[in-house]
Amino acid sequence: MDALILQFLNGLDKGSAYALIALGLTLIFGTLGVVNFAHGALFMIGAFCAVTLSKIFALSHTTIDPEKLDFLGNPAKIQSPYLVEWFGPNVGAAMIDWAVPLAILFAIPVMIAIGFIMERGLIKHFYKRPHADQILVTFGLAIVLQEVIKYFYGANPIPTPAPEMFRGSIDFGVLIGFDPNAIIYPAWRLVYFLFSCLIIAAVFAFLQFTTFGMVVRAGMADRETVGILGIDIDKRFTIMFGIAAAVAGLAGVMYTPINSPNYHMGMDFLVLSFVVVVVGGMGSLPGAVLSGFLLGIVQSFASMNEVKSLLPGIDQIIIYLIAIIVILTRPRGLMGRKGVMEE
Amino acid sequence: MSKSNFTRRGLLKTGTVVTGAGLALPTIFTSRASAYTNEPTGDTVTFGFNVPQSGPYADEGADELRAFELAVEHLNGEGDGGMMSTFSSKALDGTGILGKKVAYVTGDTQTKSDVARASAQSMIQKDGAVMISGGSSSGVAVAVQGLCQEAGVIFMAALTHSNDTTGKDKKANGFRHFFNAYMSGQALAPVLGKAYGTDRQAYHLTADYTWGWTQQASIAAATEALGWKTVNNVLTPLAETDFSSYIAPVLNSGADVLVLNHYGANMVNSLTQAVQFGLRDKMVNGKQFEIVVPLYSELMAKGAGANIKGVYGSMNWNWKLEDAGTKAFVQSFGTKYGFPPSNAAQTCYAQTMLYADAVARAGSFEPCAVVAALEGFDFDGLGNGPTSYRAADHQCFKDVLVMKGKDEPTDEFDTLDIVEITPRAQVEYEPDNPMFAGGDLGQCNNGA
Repeated sequence: MDALILQFLNGLDKGSAYALIALGLTLIFGTLGVVNFAHGALFMIGAFCAVTLSKIFALSHTTIDPEKLDFLGNPAKIQSPYLVEWFGPNVGAAMIDWAVPLAILFAIPVMIAIGFIMERGLIKHFYKRPHADQILVTFGLAIVLQEVIKYFYGANPIPTPAPEMFRGSIDFGVLIGFDPNAIIYPAWRLVYFLFSCLIIAAVFAFLQFTTFGMVVRAGMADRETVGILGIDIDKRFTIMFGIAAAVAGLAGVMYTPINSPNYHMGMDFLVLSFVVVVVGGMGSLPGAVLSGFLLGIVQSFASMNEVKSLLPGIDQIIIYLIAIIVILTRPRGLMGRKGVMEE
Repeated sequence: MSKSNFTRRGLLKTGTVVTGAGLALPTIFTSRASAYTNEPTGDTVTFGFNVPQSGPYADEGADELRAFELAVEHLNGEGDGGMMSTFSSKALDGTGILGKKVAYVTGDTQTKSDVARASAQSMIQKDGAVMISGGSSSGVAVAVQGLCQEAGVIFMAALTHSNDTTGKDKKANGFRHFFNAYMSGQALAPVLGKAYGTDRQAYHLTADYTWGWTQQASIAAATEALGWKTVNNVLTPLAETDFSSYIAPVLNSGADVLVLNHYGANMVNSLTQAVQFGLRDKMVNGKQFEIVVPLYSELMAKGAGANIKGVYGSMNWNWKLEDAGTKAFVQSFGTKYGFPPSNAAQTCYAQTMLYADAVARAGSFEPCAVVAALEGFDFDGLGNGPTSYRAADHQCFKDVLVMKGKDEPTDEFDTLDIVEITPRAQVEYEPDNPMFAGGDLGQCNNGA
């Protein structure tokens, strides 16, 4: 039982990343009708916002310590972070330690700006073009963004740890009535799950309970009628593109302590996220979230040794298998709307 | 009235054909005139350094390239000469090789066999490389070694640790200086026995390709000989980055040791995640849970940070060794790049020197002459103590290092401690050892 709960938690964790990326993808598709293959790259850029802020916080000046020797036998160079000097050892060191959570504040404006530039600068020119053209141009853009990151940060993963207090694990089993040490789970993975729930709830609340959200939902349902009513729906959709970019970026920021980011991480998630969107139903926001968590959990259970001993390799194909079954039985996906991508 | 058959279009067509033939002919004649593939005819000789510059082993690839560049500098008489001054053979004098300056081209293997083969092929056919070196994956090394055998150039394998490279996939034109998975098992097991006892249950996570398989088989055989039991061995895809689904089952498997047969970014991620799951704080079967990483590198240790503390592994070489060769190399590399070399860098540097020295001793770049010069060659002064290139399988035999993650690092480079220098005799094996059986070295190939 404890093994099942552990894999369930793992599934929620994987599902969190899938759901956040798929949510952004669906927002863009639902509002602008664009199939955005650069969305994985936005996730990756978000992760590199965390790397960048960590590097900025770690900026140091070098002093020579004649007492210590380096590996060549020369006087050692000691790095002293500016933050520690400016704010003292407590506040300065805490800022460096909390660089990843603080990067959320840094990433939101950066990602909204990148989303805005992407939409106004490139993607808006492809609204009336076929989906194949949109896929080609956004995929090309993803490759360009990857190469830009590779140029500045190199090809290798960059360790970006969580704050000290979240680096260990917690005894999750005790919280739900199990024996001590039965279910140990990494603290940061639980933080990631809770964070993704918060973001998902915030996006839904924004769309559901604000006037702006109401107009956007109306535009998603019938763009022309909203336009006739004198509302500049394009402007609102551009803002939604920025919000979708920010959602992907925040997913990336908080993912960095789980896996050291590299320039390719967006592509690793891109294909899976599209499967998530298709299974959830094109254009359906609840579908994307449901499907993200569902596929994460199923994938996690498929990784169990007991399952793999019965069906070797099932963990590698289970997501695609489910996608095939869903498309055959429910061609619009789990919660897809009639008329989306069907004309 | 006469009518000329010459038209502008006809002239252009004829000219194109003649020019094309003219360009093609010298290649045909040259290749027929050469005694072997890419015989250097000018005042330079070209080496091809084929390393991963992207992908999971990019860190190692970057360090390999630094070492290759340094070796070429030293061969051409630039810099401080590095290990040329400590190398027991004195055939090299810093004026290039046989009067030719050394030039080089590089390629990105991306840690993919097909990409690596295409890159090596291009270096051989377009750039005229007479020797190929590199590779931070055994899958890649085996693929490129096969290509070099067919093409008739020498392959000086760099970072490849699978038994297969000099076992079932060995080739006459290929040579490996790096140690192998069997040697790691033989060196590591007795130390593990002393540290953790002989009654242990081991769970293996293994990278699903040639290196992972032979590494797992080697360490499992060596630890089972001690009395350990192998509870499970789970294969993980090389491209995997999130190992949580693979680590979670370990927690309730009854195992008290996790053996991570992973390398590079794979190992950094799997070790970090294993520590995040609290494995190292766990008590199982009344014993402290332990993690073992059979193959270490300094770059992995740096990437894994504090998670590496107290974890045992093995290495081919380490910059903390005290011999004259190591000191000269660390001085030279450290001065140029500002940090100590990795063991991947050392094997690349040594392989370049060994090839150059073999050519100088043979008096020719002809592959079969180089093979003859390297087979059975005994040498010292390249950082590993007395070393031999065995003729039967082209594997180097030398001491092996058992390492442990340092508990209290003094600086960013001080990540690993040398626990034991395992003597060469303890890791030696017969060429027909079952773990290396099934291959045929074949005949050296001069190509052309």
